[in-house]
Amino acid sequence: MSLNPVHRLVSHLGRSSLEIIEEIGYIGSLMVESFFFLIFGPRRGQPVRWHHILYQMRQIGADAIPIVALLSLVIGLSLAINGIAQLKAFGAESAIVLGVALGVTREFGPLITGIVVAGRTASALAARLGSMVVSQEIDALRVIGVEPVRYLAAPPLIAAIVVLPCLCLVADFFAILGGGLFSSGPLDMTLYSYFHASLEALEPWDVMQGLIKGLVFGVLIVLIGVGTGFSVTGGAEGVGRATTRAVVMSICAILITDMIFSFFLNR
Amino acid sequence: MSDNAIEPVIDVKNLVTYYGPRKILDDVDFVVNPGEIRVIMGGSGSGKSTLMRHLLGLHRPRAGHVQVLGKNINKMDPKQGMSFSREIGVSFQGGALFTSMSVGDNVALPLREHFDLDENTIRIMTRLKLEVVNLGGFQDLMPSQLSGGMIKRTALARAIVMDPKLLFFDEPSAGLDPVVSAELDELILKLRDAMRMSIVVVTHELDSAFKIADKITVLDQGSVLMTGTVDEVKASSNERIQDLLNRRPRHQEVDVDEYLTRLTGIGED
Repeated sequence: MSLNPVHRLVSHLGRSSLEIIEEIGYIGSLMVESFFFLIFGPRRGQPVRWHHILYQMRQIGADAIPIVALLSLVIGLSLAINGIAQLKAFGAESAIVLGVALGVTREFGPLITGIVVAGRTASALAARLGSMVVSQEIDALRVIGVEPVRYLAAPPLIAAIVVLPCLCLVADFFAILGGGLFSSGPLDMTLYSYFHASLEALEPWDVMQGLIKGLVFGVLIVLIGVGTGFSVTGGAEGVGRATTRAVVMSICAILITDMIFSFFLNR
Repeated sequence: MSDNAIEPVIDVKNLVTYYGPRKILDDVDFVVNPGEIRVIMGGSGSGKSTLMRHLLGLHRPRAGHVQVLGKNINKMDPKQGMSFSREIGVSFQGGALFTSMSVGDNVALPLREHFDLDENTIRIMTRLKLEVVNLGGFQDLMPSQLSGGMIKRTALARAIVMDPKLLFFDEPSAGLDPVVSAELDELILKLRDAMRMSIVVVTHELDSAFKIADKITVLDQGSVLMTGTVDEVKASSNERIQDLLNRRPRHQEVDVDEYLTRLTGIGED
């Protein structure tokens, strides 16, 4: 039976909307379950193990520091380069300190962190869990009596909640450093006084905003990575597809939530 | 043997299950008694792995009743689920070893998750089980360094590390050379005799099935063709069973209309 194009479009739209809602629901249930096991797991013989969380903190956080630092430095530099060039027209070069400090702490720090972690962690989680599904390791866990969510989803989720704000701070620091490296010359300041001026310009809320964003990005990245990993079907190809999907989806989620957050936090 | 040995370890009644719109198991009854080695035999796609997954509680049946070790497997609360998982052991087809853990850690995982034991005890228990499967001294290797036979044996060691009452073994000899698979058969017999386990083996290897089975259940296209001893199965007059035993290709009747529909796609909706 062939459908006419309009009919097909509508049914396609409906079906994909349903899929998206289903996915959001699944991801939400993963989060609820993870916290459930964190709090009530020990009493039910399903504790979330500290060494798993620490291991994930190293993988998600510590191992990402070099790349987050480097990229933040670069972003800080280019913000300063662009900013000074534009501000020169108004003779307002000194405003670059405020511009970089605010832009970095509120927006670019968490964004860079989020995108780097999405590239590293969402893909790694999706690939690892996906191949575990394919090779029946998840079934094996279940049969052994280990809840896969408790064992595989809760540790990275908790690790990300702790580690992402810290990474954001690292990003903030290096981006401001980048800004300072370029603009301390034209502004006739030392790097130290540039930092001092930046801190003067910032309110605690500016930094907090960035950290909250970072935390939310971390939760999204892990849940999307784990969710796509658990739902892999179709062997090695499925794992590849899930990995790509996890990265693309988490970057989309990051950018969209960033926009929503910026809107509400700046009202 | 205990007095109430009559109570079966596995009791499946009228199990019906679908995969999407396709019916995989159709009204399957399956009873295994304590201390028995039961082989589930059948061709590819006969539903034998699906039946095993239902026995493990990994799927919910569309209809029917699955009782394992006296418990309704689909109506267990988390606590019952935990104690149930202590009483069964499963060796999956591909081994399903955790690739990020060494052989020793793989075998020790169930102990670590279920009991609060000190590391020395865990190490000794783990090595004991590795000795049982002839892998003594291999505890520090990673799964990627193992051969096919060693993977199966490690999976077996992990399955029996908690001394389960009931052991499931999916395709023990698939992909192994005849010597290794004969060794695994010996091991299965030894486990039953030494540890009084009830064992369910899913396989399509005839030699292996005839060697170890107390009873064989033959599945075909989702239904049980027969359940009987090795001799009864060999003597069966059922054509499908004889096809399976004599490695004869299936002779399917071709429905001309359906065949043309499949080819051309016309008349499908």
